[in-house]
Amino acid sequence: MADTPQIVLDERLKKEGIGARLIKRPELGAIAGVVLVTLFFLITADGAMFTLSGIMNFMTPAAQLGILAIGAAMLMIGGEFDLSIGSMVAFAGLIFGACTVTLGLPLLLAIPLTLAVAAGIGAVNGTIVLKTGLPSFIVTLAFLFILRGASLVGLKLASGGSTQLRGVRDAVEGDWLAPFFSGDAFGPIFAWLAQVGVVETFNNGTPKVPGIPVEILWFILLALIATFVLLRTPQGNWIFASGGDRNAASNSGVPVRKVKISLFMFAAICGALVAIITVMDSGSTDARRGFMKEFEAIIAAVIGGCLLTGGYGSAIGAFFGAIIFGMVTIGLTYTNFDQDWFQVFLGGMLLIAVLFNNYIRKRVTGER
Amino acid sequence: MDQETKFHHGTPAADAKPIIEMHDIEKHFGNIIALAGVSFDVRPGECHCLLGDNGAGKSTFIKTMSGVHKPTKGTITIDGQAMDFSSPRDAMEAGIATVFQDLAMIPLMSVTRNFFMGREPVIGSGPFKRMDIQTMNEAAVEEMHKMGINLRGPDQAVGTLSGGERQTVAIARAVYFGARVLILDEPTSALGVRQTSNVLATIDRVRKQGVGVVFISHNVRHALAVGDRFTVLNRGKTLGTATRGEITPEELQDMMAGGQEMAQLEGSLEGTV
Ligand SMILES: Nc1ncnc2c1ncn2[C@@H]1O[C@H](COP(=O)(O)OP(=O)(O)OP(=O)(O)O)[C@@H](O)[C@H]1O
Ligand SMILES: [Mg+2]
Repeated sequence: MADTPQIVLDERLKKEGIGARLIKRPELGAIAGVVLVTLFFLITADGAMFTLSGIMNFMTPAAQLGILAIGAAMLMIGGEFDLSIGSMVAFAGLIFGACTVTLGLPLLLAIPLTLAVAAGIGAVNGTIVLKTGLPSFIVTLAFLFILRGASLVGLKLASGGSTQLRGVRDAVEGDWLAPFFSGDAFGPIFAWLAQVGVVETFNNGTPKVPGIPVEILWFILLALIATFVLLRTPQGNWIFASGGDRNAASNSGVPVRKVKISLFMFAAICGALVAIITVMDSGSTDARRGFMKEFEAIIAAVIGGCLLTGGYGSAIGAFFGAIIFGMVTIGLTYTNFDQDWFQVFLGGMLLIAVLFNNYIRKRVTGER
Repeated sequence: MDQETKFHHGTPAADAKPIIEMHDIEKHFGNIIALAGVSFDVRPGECHCLLGDNGAGKSTFIKTMSGVHKPTKGTITIDGQAMDFSSPRDAMEAGIATVFQDLAMIPLMSVTRNFFMGREPVIGSGPFKRMDIQTMNEAAVEEMHKMGINLRGPDQAVGTLSGGERQTVAIARAVYFGARVLILDEPTSALGVRQTSNVLATIDRVRKQGVGVVFISHNVRHALAVGDRFTVLNRGKTLGTATRGEITPEELQDMMAGGQEMAQLEGSLEGTV
């Protein structure tokens, strides 16, 4: 929130070093984390991790989590939680699968329909929270179970008894919208890069990295848009205000209700987007999709500098928070460490991030 | 120096049509009756003081005026048209700006972001429509300067400001946006001598521009310094409205305190209050 121009120079203002200015940015912790984790794996991991294909390898899960984390971060800055976004991935996967396989709809209809259903559920979540004044934690916890259960029941109905719905890949084969939501982008460019020898090739001449997985592009795009909205638009100001103090924001003319409900809808849409991308990639959907992802998304947002109390945080921070996640999950397989260290690492990161954020918040508010 | 002599009181034509009229406003919170039928109006170019003891219902009353509370009973009319505010935003759009007693500021946000919260100026168009941060910063610093506070910088978080500085941000913001009616709920409670004079002078200035001001204060001297009319609330009801010159400071003080006890108190404090 450092809006840069210096207008009057006040003698009571010590010249702030670049370090002191930077430390007030919410995303600083996450960037420092990325640097540390990178250093750690540069030392301990097989060199293959930081080749182009290694990077794509950890960026793909990072992007899938990151899309959720950006939704979660925006909502957290707005002062609310959504614990149901993980289950939303499964539920939206079911809707998407049913639309494409069972109903045979083209993507042009199936995708907007899936996103609309998710947005509707997000709006229900938000409306209940705002109407009752209950904590969003408890309301969305209910939806965590409702949506997970509904996914199971729905899948059994749609697939005739199994908890998996197959055949999505065949159903969307050849659809002109498919390349935007599945597979790799920039294939021709990578083929050319392979020809000129920039990208490594297999023995048969095909590039080892056929392109950039589309989820990574979605992830970057969403992070950029979210950051622009937060820092440069009135709506961004309203999000910070609604999360910072709901009453004060409302009394100052911020349409808090609309802001918060929109954020719930956005978080749910992020869940549905992840569902569409991952279901199309794997060709099937099942009821365990997105399991526990709500917690990972919130952790990534917190690592990214979001305060649990709302009103402070950044989308870029969540972006890097998700990358840390991807690096650690995948990176451990490149090392000799037992992979189950992952959870220990995660808890440790979360603890450090929360302590760090708390310290930063006190500096920013000058809490005495 | 007696501030009473400082301002030339305009003679807001007593027959001027009120901008906003509140008729028989009642507000209940469950079984608590905060307002039991209060009528009040503000004319253009006047400062109407709302006085009363703690808990009299002053804040509750102005909150119905600024769209925070919906009155349980009673009507609000602006320019003779019945209004039904469903949010503070509605009231703002009708030209009513308020400095709330609790200031309505977000500590984690910068002065500029607080100043323009809810009413951010934009530049650009289409998807690139964005806040005009340059203009916002300049305006925030400029308006604060007018009120006698030199900010260290517009991006300082409000949480790091002193109580009076924070109050000044709230006042400057309301004055900046107060198109027709400006409501000030105890705006001077945390202010220094110079800033208080500044606020009183600002009330005088905007009044001359034809804005109707509602001024809540516990300080009789401040009220007398700028007030044109005085309405006293007591236990959710009006004790009546007096015009400037009709009433002595002593009478006003007694009414504000709810009557008798003040005389005894004053005796024991040897006339220091
Ligand atoms: N939201 C609420 N719920 C219940 N009671 C309330 C609420 N708001 C105000 N009241 C009650 O209404 C009465 C009037 O309160 P109000 O804040 O309007 O007083 P006030 O005149 O502004 O006092 P002060 O001078 O101390 O600011 C008080 O008795 C208070 O307890
Ligand atoms: Mg009050």
